[in-house]
Parts: sequence; structure tokens; C-alpha cells
Amino acid sequence: MIELLDVHKRFVENVVLDGVSLEVKDGETVALLGPSGVGKSVTLKMINGLLRPDAGDVIVDGLHVPQLGRKELATLRGKIGYVFQYGALFDSMSVAENIRLGITDETCYNDEKFCENRIQECLRLVNLAPDVAAKLPAELSGGMKKRVGIARAIAGQPKYLLYDEPTSGLDPVNADVIDGLVERLRDELGVTSVVVSHDVRGSFRVADRVALLWQAKIRAVGPPDEILASKDPAVLQFLERDLEMTLIQSESQEGREARGRNV
Amino acid sequence: MSNGAALTLGPLRLVARWSLRTADHVGRFSFLIVDMLRGLAEWRIWVPRTLDQATAVGYGSLFIVLLVSAFAGAVTSLQTGYQFTGTLPLYYAGAVISESMILELGPVLTALILAGRIGARYAAELGTMRVTEQIDALESLGRSPVSHLLIPRVVAGLLVIPALTMFANATGIVVGYLTAKGSLGLTYGDFEYGARYFFRPLDLWYSAIKSGCFAAAVTTIPCYLGFNTQQGAEGVGRATTTAVVAASVAILMLDALTTKLLLVAK
Ligand SMILES: Nc1ncnc2c1ncn2[C@@H]1O[C@H](COP(=O)(O)OP(=O)(O)O)[C@@H](O)[C@H]1O
Ligand SMILES: [Mg+2]
Repeated sequence: MIELLDVHKRFVENVVLDGVSLEVKDGETVALLGPSGVGKSVTLKMINGLLRPDAGDVIVDGLHVPQLGRKELATLRGKIGYVFQYGALFDSMSVAENIRLGITDETCYNDEKFCENRIQECLRLVNLAPDVAAKLPAELSGGMKKRVGIARAIAGQPKYLLYDEPTSGLDPVNADVIDGLVERLRDELGVTSVVVSHDVRGSFRVADRVALLWQAKIRAVGPPDEILASKDPAVLQFLERDLEMTLIQSESQEGREARGRNV
Repeated sequence: MSNGAALTLGPLRLVARWSLRTADHVGRFSFLIVDMLRGLAEWRIWVPRTLDQATAVGYGSLFIVLLVSAFAGAVTSLQTGYQFTGTLPLYYAGAVISESMILELGPVLTALILAGRIGARYAAELGTMRVTEQIDALESLGRSPVSHLLIPRVVAGLLVIPALTMFANATGIVVGYLTAKGSLGLTYGDFEYGARYFFRPLDLWYSAIKSGCFAAAVTTIPCYLGFNTQQGAEGVGRATTTAVVAASVAILMLDALTTKLLLVAK
């Protein structure tokens, strides 16, 4: 279980989170929506201790994250896969080595055979060809980098997965593959996930519950239909703007082609 | 009175802010050093990466270090000849050339070259890794950036810089002798006599210790600055230039300090 309790965070004068509380139950997928720059990535980084809250508490797997020592934090992070917004691949290493570093269990990490299999398996899961393994991140397209980032995050078979905009910048086919993967990991392995997104359609598909981060606070939380039916002006404003954007995107040539292939 | 207070408030505030920032840097720098010492226990992680770093940095810098020390040796030799002609016995030139290479020019020039090469490289690499979230990514995998990224770079520098210094010493002395032979007609016998006359084995140790101190500055300062980079590409640029300047200044200060403590105190 992941719990954020009245979390506050500011950078100098910039108040980013002002009393954010959110609960993600075991096996649940929560989508965290919000306009760009509202603090979604900051919230996600609180969960695995990359950022520390100024006040409030973050509890993951029964542990108080801000109070953990470095050893315990490292152990906890081994159970949390984190997908970075821009991939954050180690650019001096091949794709295979990147994914291998995601294997957090030390015994497995040192087992060559196991790693090789696991790397191929992870590439398959994110819809990448096996020969991508030998490439360097600089040789990949933006969407491929993103998917390698996801492969690295799931390589260690984490119990929790934090996705920072996993489908942004992907074409609709691969966005669907990733959304499908999020669903499968939840259904088959019971992974608990937080998906940060501003893609309303995709996140409404994968999420059990949706939370809207709006002006430093959680403005609304609930199952997708409840959020869609909400009369809150902020929610309406956010949904409207996003649906408009989705419409514009899907009318583009590339979108039409990709949808055609997908059907 | 109140007017005067208002006038001094500006500079005072500047000084206060500067002191706070310096104290902050010193504090965080010390924490990083402690982290690195603690991270030494994870030798399985840093040893192989150290070898990679050392090879990259060592081979890459060998040529320029030898070139600069060759010229330093030649110029020292020519100047010695110019200043000594007719006043001191010629074999003194052997002593001046070898001692100034070993005690000062070899260590300092090598360190200054490497401040540019290693300093810029480390700060830019780590800074880029910071702003592209690669360091966060490493941490998110439960792996320590200190033992994966920092310790290998620092230890590589600590191995490579003193070694390069020894090459620089040797090159400078050889080229210095050849130049003296050409311009002053100094014979090998005289050169060797002069060089041995003032040489103590301790001098080589001193040279190594001195370049070890420089190596510590040249590696840790850029690592610290790169590791704490903020704000995108501009931040990487700032970290890189600051790293080279700060490392060079540190070398000069350490030069004075080590000379005073190790050489003059005896
Ligand atoms: N390390 C940091 N230092 C200073 N400000 C930051 C830092 N990280 C994020 N911010 C600020 O916090 C706010 C929220 O950022 P972020 O969480 O990345 O937004 P998003 O919701 O788009 O992911 C932004 O205003 C950003 O400038
Ligand atoms: Mg973000």
C-alpha cells in the first residue's frame, strides 16, 4: 500500500504541494492527472524517496519513507519500479545493460543466463525487437527510449510501479501496448501502480481510480465514471481541455493511420 | 547613524549571503566525502568501473602531459643557462633542472592539465547525468550513485595523476638535459653529478604526495559540482567552468601549502 499523508513541498517560494493526501491500495492502479507543472512528478518522487516532503508522511509497504536510512531505502526501492518521464536511460551503456541494472536482486543480477533471458522477456513485454538490446540509447527514437525505460523498471519484478507519463510522446499503437501492459501487470502479477498522465483517455482505461492534482491539492479522487460525472468546475475544465487536445491529435494523419492498423 | 547603517546593510547582506553559501558548499562537500569513504566498502561495484575510468583518463592525457613537461624541461634548461652563464659551475644546471621538475613543475603542470581534462569531463558527465535524471534513475533502482559513479572517478584520478606526474618528471629531466647539452655544452657526467648532488630519494616521495593531494582536489571538486548540478544545460555549463576554475585554484593553494608543510618545515 502507498499512502501520502498531508504532504507539503515547496521549492524556495514555489509551493508545489500543499497538503496532498492519497491512498493506493494493494493491487490497485491509480491515475494521477493534472496540468503540466502542477507537481505530478514531484509527488511521484516522494513515493520512492527521491524527494523528501517538507511536512507530512509517505508510507510505502508499511515503511515511513522520509525516515528510512540509506540501506532500508535501497531495499525498498528495489521493490519499486520507476518509469522516468524522459526515459533517463544510462547513455553510456547498451539497452541490455540498462535493463540488467533494473534487476535489483543481487543474486539474479550476477547470473548471466538469467539476465539474458530476463532482458529479452522485458523487451518483448514493451513490444521491442530483440536486436534493440545491443543498441545504445542515442540510437533509439524517443518512444523506444521510453519503452526501454519501462523495461528497466519492470526487470526487477517490482511490487510497485510508478509511471511518469509512460505514454506521452508515443504513437497510439505503442501507447495502447503500454496501457495494455499496465493492465496486465496489475491483473497477472498484482502490481500496485501509480500512473502519472495528462492523457485522460488512456488513464481512464487503465485506472481503478483517478486523482486530479489541481493547484497544489488533490481536487478529486474516485473511479473513472465518478470523475467523468463530476460537476466540479476544475475537473470539467481539465477534462474539456484534454478531450479537445485528444480530438485534435486523433484527427492528424498519423493518428488516423495508426488507428487503422490497430483495428 | 541610521543612514550609515542603511549604507552598510547592502554589502553586509552580500557578505552574509556569500558566507552562507560557502558554508553550505563546505557542508555538502564534506558529506559527499564521508559518503564516498563509506561507499568504499562496496568494492565489487567500484573496482571494475575504476579501471575503465583510469584507462580512459590516463591514455587520453598521456600525450599532452608529456608534451607540456618536455617544453617545461627545455625552457627551464634554457633559462638556467641564461642566468648561470659565467657565475656558477655548470653542473648546478643539472640540479636546478631535475629538482624543479620533480618538486614543482612536474606535479603542478600535470595537475593543471588534468584539472582541465578530468575536471571538465567529470563535471560535464555527472552534470548531464543529473539533469537528465540518470542519477535519480540509478537511485530509484536501489543502487548508490556514490559507488557507481563518484568513487570510480575519484580513485581513477588518484591512481592516474601521480603516475602521469612521474612520467612528466622523467620527460622534463631528459629533455632538459638534452637542451642543456645542446645550448650550454653540459656533459652527461656534469649533469648527473649536479642532479645527484642535491637529490634525496625523499624528493620523489614528495613529488608523489604532492600530486596525490592535487589529484584529490582535481577529482573531488568537479565530482561534487557535477553531482549537484541544477537547471538543465546551462547548469551543466556552469558546473563545468566552475569545476575547472575551482580545481585550478585549489591546486595552486595546495601547492603553497604542501611546499610549506613538507619541504620548508624540515
Ligand atoms: N528540483 C527542483 N527544484 C526546483 N523546482 C522544482 C524541482 N522539481 C520540480 N520543481 C518545480 O515543481 C513544479 C512541479 O514540477 P513537476 O512535478 O515536474 O510538474 P509535472 O506535474 O508537470 O510533472 C514546477 O513548477 C517545477 O518548476
Ligand atoms: Mg512531470
